[in-house]
Amino acid sequence: MLDIEAAKLAIQKSKTKEVVDFAKDMERDHEAVNKQALDLVKKLKVKPEDNATSQALTKAAKEERAKLAKLEGTAFDKAYIENEVAYHKQVNGALETLLIPSANNAELKSLLETGLKIFQGHEQHAEHVAGTLK
Amino acid sequence: MRAGALSVLGSLTLALVAPPALAATIEVTIDRLVYSPASVEAKVGDTIEWVNKDVIAHTATVKGGWEVMIPPKSKGRITLKQAGAVDYFCRFHPNMKGHLNVAP
Repeated sequence: MLDIEAAKLAIQKSKTKEVVDFAKDMERDHEAVNKQALDLVKKLKVKPEDNATSQALTKAAKEERAKLAKLEGTAFDKAYIENEVAYHKQVNGALETLLIPSANNAELKSLLETGLKIFQGHEQHAEHVAGTLK
Repeated sequence: MRAGALSVLGSLTLALVAPPALAATIEVTIDRLVYSPASVEAKVGDTIEWVNKDVIAHTATVKGGWEVMIPPKSKGRITLKQAGAVDYFCRFHPNMKGHLNVAP
């Protein structure tokens, strides 16, 4: 959810086509993944609960968004994209080492595994955009 | 003479009805960020059709070349115009990679 807010901020603030395009890709993909996750939550009749991992990710993302809101121009572009690389790295680490190994439900595990592939793609995409900003 | 003309006519008809090398449509499925088959043998004039089973959009992009958009739960296609081997990838998810071998 927080990644979508950061994307919306970038679409609003950035003047760089590569950055705006990347942010639109993030908004679109993350909305699709969130929808799948919410559909599965409904189907499995479970209630998502906060945990240490989700709390740490949320806290870091909120702080980063507050920082981004104050930046403009090239400084904003660089900070947004660098944060996207770092954020996806962090999420992928959590998926690989913690979330996927702990998932017992086959459908949840499969959703998380697909999510990992998508976010690994985003991490590479963000690294590519970061390269064009130098 | 008559038999000769018939035979000429016969071979001409045969030549006319003999099928030309038919252009094929080759399907590549995208499921959970994997192009399948990952490598395709094709000929110039063939069409590659990507069938996207994912809920997110993908592309088939050749660096410095063509790009096909493949919307979620939809299809994208290209007719091959140039012979040669090309690597392609998804611009949105560069960890997705595919290969085409295009014979003349």
